[in-house]
Amino acid sequence: MKFRNILALILIFILGFIILQAFNISPEEGQLVINKFGEAEIENRTAQLYINKSVNSNNEKVVFAESNNLESGSANIVTSVIANYRSLDTLGEVTVLFLAATGLAAVLYTNKKKKRNFIVDEASLILKTGVKILFPLLILAGAYIFIHGHLTPGGGFQGGAVIATAFLLKFLADREYKLAEHKLKIVEVLAGVSFVGLGLYALFTEGSFLANFLQTGTVGTLFSAGIIPLIYLSIGLKVGAELTSIISNLIEV
Amino acid sequence: MLISGIAALVFDNLLNSIIAAGFVSLMASALFYFLKAPDVAMTEAAIGAGLTTAIFVITLRKTEGSEKE
Repeated sequence: MKFRNILALILIFILGFIILQAFNISPEEGQLVINKFGEAEIENRTAQLYINKSVNSNNEKVVFAESNNLESGSANIVTSVIANYRSLDTLGEVTVLFLAATGLAAVLYTNKKKKRNFIVDEASLILKTGVKILFPLLILAGAYIFIHGHLTPGGGFQGGAVIATAFLLKFLADREYKLAEHKLKIVEVLAGVSFVGLGLYALFTEGSFLANFLQTGTVGTLFSAGIIPLIYLSIGLKVGAELTSIISNLIEV
Repeated sequence: MLISGIAALVFDNLLNSIIAAGFVSLMASALFYFLKAPDVAMTEAAIGAGLTTAIFVITLRKTEGSEKE
């Protein structure tokens, strides 16, 4: 037991040393130049290029409701990074969530007929009536959040989470409520396939995975930002279906 | 926020702990909003305060668990 502890400590120190090596960037070897504090040229930093949405073209300021046909026409800067410049990372995040939901379903899988054994009494009248009013409004709010993801704060993940919350309330209010799980799976699979399909289409037409292949329009209008609304639509549906399936799996064990 | 964070650790009853942890998430979401990060605030409110708390409570009801074995 003692020997194992010492071995683990040594391994951790070796790992830490290797990780620390990653920070050891010397300007002579690579192209990277780290300026002193206060002396950096902010105009040419990558973040500024992202804000001006002109990584490949000249670095001009974006004017709301005037600039058109930019690289990424999203008025929300966070969205233009998440769903345009760093879409591949977003694909990875969605995959992680998918694997988590699948793993949970595999752990909780039982051959027995599903029945709910932990809820004893009926929901109160207040909860039932409140959920009747709130459920469609919450679905609408979630859809609004991910459809307007390129204009206002929010996006696919937030919208999907709000939709899953709506289904959670429905489960709490109606004790006999059941979801058709295979329909959830169909929605999830279609959304995932359309996300990857958009990426592959861009790979064949534009030459890079998940590139923006549509016209991006004027900044600030609903039909702007090229493929970002399509990507957010698929992310929102996928995340909503995954979180809802997690909840329904947990409740119906 | 700090008080409820400490309370989440100290409470013996796990249900109270879960509620306190959810309150920490809610306060964190308000903090993100005031720090001009509405995207993160929405995520924190929906997932941290809403879904995670609900999932913990459901799991607690199923396992009937408490701090003592």
